[in-house]
Amino acid sequence: MALSESLPAPHAYFRARTRWRPIEIAFWLACLLPYVFFPDYLSLASQIAITALFALSLDLILGYAGIVSLGHAAFFGIGAYTAGLLSKYGWGEPLTGLAAASLAAGIVGYATSFVICRFRHLALIMLTLGFGLLLEELANSAGWLTGGVDGLQGITTWKLLGLFPFDLYGYAAYSYALAVLFLLFLFARLIIHSPFGLALRGIRENLVRMPAIGAPSLAHMRSIYTIAAAIAGIAGALLAQTTETVSLESLGFNRSADVLIMLILGGTGRLYGGLVGAIVYMVARDRLSGENPQYWYFWIGILLVAVVTFLPNGILGGLTKLTVRWSRL
Amino acid sequence: MSGPVLATQGLAKSFGSLVVARDIEIELPQGVRYALIGPNGAGKTTLINLITGMLRPDDGRILLAGDDITALAPEQRVRRGLVRTYQINSLFPHLTALESVTLAVCERSRAAGTWWRQLTAYRHEVDEAYDILAALMLGPVCHRLTRELAYGQQRLLEIALALATRPKVLLLDEPAAGVPGDESKELFSAIAGLPGDITVLFIEHDMNLVFRFATRVIVMVGGSVLVEGTPAEIAADPQVRAVYLGKAAGKSLAEAHHG
Repeated sequence: MALSESLPAPHAYFRARTRWRPIEIAFWLACLLPYVFFPDYLSLASQIAITALFALSLDLILGYAGIVSLGHAAFFGIGAYTAGLLSKYGWGEPLTGLAAASLAAGIVGYATSFVICRFRHLALIMLTLGFGLLLEELANSAGWLTGGVDGLQGITTWKLLGLFPFDLYGYAAYSYALAVLFLLFLFARLIIHSPFGLALRGIRENLVRMPAIGAPSLAHMRSIYTIAAAIAGIAGALLAQTTETVSLESLGFNRSADVLIMLILGGTGRLYGGLVGAIVYMVARDRLSGENPQYWYFWIGILLVAVVTFLPNGILGGLTKLTVRWSRL
Repeated sequence: MSGPVLATQGLAKSFGSLVVARDIEIELPQGVRYALIGPNGAGKTTLINLITGMLRPDDGRILLAGDDITALAPEQRVRRGLVRTYQINSLFPHLTALESVTLAVCERSRAAGTWWRQLTAYRHEVDEAYDILAALMLGPVCHRLTRELAYGQQRLLEIALALATRPKVLLLDEPAAGVPGDESKELFSAIAGLPGDITVLFIEHDMNLVFRFATRVIVMVGGSVLVEGTPAEIAADPQVRAVYLGKAAGKSLAEAHHG
């Protein structure tokens, strides 16, 4: 049995999958570079970290469970308004604000999951889109609470841990956003390497087969939808706390579409896809809108067409292919 | 166990005016190897769909180990030990064979709801999955993606997934469909080697395989059960020859049995 001996043992295989690769460690270390090289761009960096967290939450449902959503910003917005309102009415402590935001978004996510998770494909896209629009108009019409189109004003975020004030340069903002992103990334990483994560991949691969192995797919999908909603809510709260304002845009259709574009750009179902996509998209937007404020979506459009045409699995999918080809040479 | 492990009572299903199941009454004792045969359109796959809950019957009851399971969802029936495979491979293309079976084991052991511990902590589940694969000769390819497996290996993986749920009753819908002749014999040897306490019902068109591996045979025609008996009884049954196989085929049926 020389053949089977040369193969990794069953346990070694799963251990290898969960092991940290050097490229991952390099990625996270690189996240510290803005402090040294781009100290003027820490505000942008914190926005990127927040958006990356939002994209990560979408990847959990889209990339792993195959739930396509065009209304994911609803949860981002719920989190943002929860943290914003909490602060406006006298409680500006950031960490408890995050907890409240994730709770609010999670509850709404759990409630809507009963409808959402029964559908797939086109119906699902329309449902999530409709749900997002509904919430946007609701926030718009409830101007007494949300500030309507003027946005929510009067938010003051207290010092982080009672020590670090949120300044103009964004040191505290970026450190805060990056730390939360990293912790929730660890959480997401734990989920996808758990038995539950394996079940999610099974749902993505073949939903119809799942009942035949005794899997309660609906319950699995409701769980991950709730978790993703809660994480999106945290991302929204981070934005509200670091910018000290919440606008209707935070739960609008554009944000839902943007995050979907970022995730597809980066590559779905690989955890880092949303992070890489958010970096590429936000930096490109910053550069392009600086040079050509009116037409920058033109370039984003070209970028999207090019990536989807030539790299069907996103930037990371393309890179993986390249490294596989190199290692075979 | 004294009573039948699986029984149906007056099972009926129609699509509009087309009757696909008519008053089906079967009783399968524990550990018996049943073949379900009949011409195309006889309602064999429909019967499996009804028993496993993929289709809702218009009338009748399904009993598993004496309990009425007619109202249960498919996954609840699987949890009680009523498991099927599919005629056309229905697998997880981008999971490895080991991941697929580990998933099925985890769903059975209820570990699949756990998101706060990594899979590496579930040594028993992984070991069990590997043992199932090894028993079906899939050990050496357990780290391959399902879509990269040879067709015959994918058919075996279908069975491995079913076994991972620890079935009491296993319904195999043409397990050797599309598998070349000599390989299908191997596949049926694997089925014959399944634990003796599992009741197996398989749909198969190759009469050689039916007579070699079945201890009892059920013949279906036009949505009803025509007759049930030992392979010898079925081979000798004039009704089966006349209605199901026609004269010429009836001859080859008898030859297949004696050969």
